[in-house]
Amino acid sequence: MKFRALIPGVLLLLSIILASRLSPHFLDARYLLDTSTLYAEMGLLALAMTLVIISGNIDLSVGSIMVLVACLAAKFFEKGLGIPAVIFLSLIIGTSLGSLNGYLIAKLKLPSFLMTLGTMAIARGAAQAMMGPSSVKLPKAFTGLDQSLVLGLPWPLIIFLLCAVLIGILLHRTVFGRWVTGVGSNEKAALFSGVPVDRVKILVFGLSGLMAAGAALMMDSRYGVARHNFALGIELEAITVAVLGGAAIKGGEGTILGTTFALFLFMVIKTAMGVANVKPEYQLTAIGVLLILAVLAERLRREGR
Amino acid sequence: MRRNLAALFFIFTLFAVVGLYQPRFLAPSSLNSILLWMPIITVLALGQLLVVVSGGIDISIGSILGCSGIVVGLIVKEHPTLPVPVALGLGLLVGLVLGMVNAAIITWGKISPLIVTIGTLASFRGLCFLLSKGQQIDGSMIPDSLTSLARNGLTLGEITLSWLLILSLVGAGGFALAMFYYVGAKSLVAFGSNPSAAHLRGISGNAVTFWVYALCGAMAGLGGVMYAAKFGFVNPSSAGQGLELTVIAAVAIGGAKLTGGFGNVTGTLLGCFLLSSINVALSVMGVDANWQMLAYGAVILVAVLVDGLARREK
Repeated sequence: MKFRALIPGVLLLLSIILASRLSPHFLDARYLLDTSTLYAEMGLLALAMTLVIISGNIDLSVGSIMVLVACLAAKFFEKGLGIPAVIFLSLIIGTSLGSLNGYLIAKLKLPSFLMTLGTMAIARGAAQAMMGPSSVKLPKAFTGLDQSLVLGLPWPLIIFLLCAVLIGILLHRTVFGRWVTGVGSNEKAALFSGVPVDRVKILVFGLSGLMAAGAALMMDSRYGVARHNFALGIELEAITVAVLGGAAIKGGEGTILGTTFALFLFMVIKTAMGVANVKPEYQLTAIGVLLILAVLAERLRREGR
Repeated sequence: MRRNLAALFFIFTLFAVVGLYQPRFLAPSSLNSILLWMPIITVLALGQLLVVVSGGIDISIGSILGCSGIVVGLIVKEHPTLPVPVALGLGLLVGLVLGMVNAAIITWGKISPLIVTIGTLASFRGLCFLLSKGQQIDGSMIPDSLTSLARNGLTLGEITLSWLLILSLVGAGGFALAMFYYVGAKSLVAFGSNPSAAHLRGISGNAVTFWVYALCGAMAGLGGVMYAAKFGFVNPSSAGQGLELTVIAAVAIGGAKLTGGFGNVTGTLLGCFLLSSINVALSVMGVDANWQMLAYGAVILVAVLVDGLARREK
């Protein structure tokens, strides 16, 4: 278990060494810290996705919930609400949307991918219907979070690391974490041992919605505008990172440390492709292949045991 | 049967409500637009139906459609005199090859089809750009013989049944017959409803899985040629993008059990008709394209919820 989390860590070191041959910037801590602000939002999604996957489910709707909340937050600002009110409302809305996913999946015994495929279309569709082709600007006071530093670290990175620690404690050090793992490895057995299976699912998807809302606010602050077509395909990246970090798609296994390493690994790979002038379309191909390879490798490792 | 009635009810309600609001929706011209939307959705839905009945899902069909449209577009650009059946066959072949990639990874890699096809959805889309070098296949490159498949057909009064529609309906007929008479289809249903029981009855799960995804890819490939014929151009980024949602919605509302083991061609056809009608209804009502995705999502959600509620009652 613990050993598994180190694999993406080792891969991360290797990739930094390889990437530094492409460009010496990869050995420059400042450059890497700046780059991390681009990936912190997806990182938040990946943290929650890890729990969702460990519980034996998947959440395809995170990117759409994120963009819907980002657009709603911009609209709230337009209506003249203050920053604390908007943050509060956004987090509430994200959590409710996620919990609704979880509620229907738990109570109607629906496969999570179907349910979230539907809400993926609905949330993005709602954002599109609300915004149309236009974009809404955010107030100056709210933007530029990614530019400001604390103790030399950019804010988004701090938020990501803080969430990683909190969710890591939740998963690895609390009864709730045991429940999540139990539901994912054998739902029936968990039910018979008195685990509130339905409530676990609702909370896990609620957390996913909460992280999506947090990511939405960080994205709003970084771009300074909200549009319905931002963050397209970000769920693919979040799933890839969680799986790369060792979350087993069948459920029951995974670590937050692994996901954290995997996020930075993913960041180095993406940045290296950018430095090597690989076009975004081809980067997409590579990420698709990476996802499949990661799952394949995980399965082979499991069989080899 | 009851699910087919439900689909009919949805169609009837849609026509009644939209027709009251905007009588133009009941005119033959809008029926013609609906019938022109149907063929592409239908061929893709037939392939997806097999996958869904087997208990799986294929998210990558939109990207396969794009690849096939690009490849066939590039070939007819060089050889404008290529006979239409050959073009259709080529599209089918491209789709089959890509479908086999999915099939091989799912069958022998034993990875969940959702994850595999999410991965290939991205990878095949990149392949579209790689094959086309980022260039759109323009209308001038697609010969008239191909686009006339969408323009011409059998005319019944004011209604035109385009050759594309007829082709897709013939395909649907073939699928329906196969579902009734072909032994392989029986093992498909058996496998979808209970894989381990099917295994004990001597049905090879691997063979079923492999050919279901290969065929689904082939149908998406056919859809690529139809796309080129209908729209007269193929764009590497937009061709077939997001179509998987429409198609899954059509299959779901058509009464196929989304967790496998049950589905029928008639229902799927009704589902395709409903989704095509929704598409045209939105434009007739002057609702902008931004609402389409919301509508598709709502249809999927309704179908999924009905499925879930129906199962809970049992």
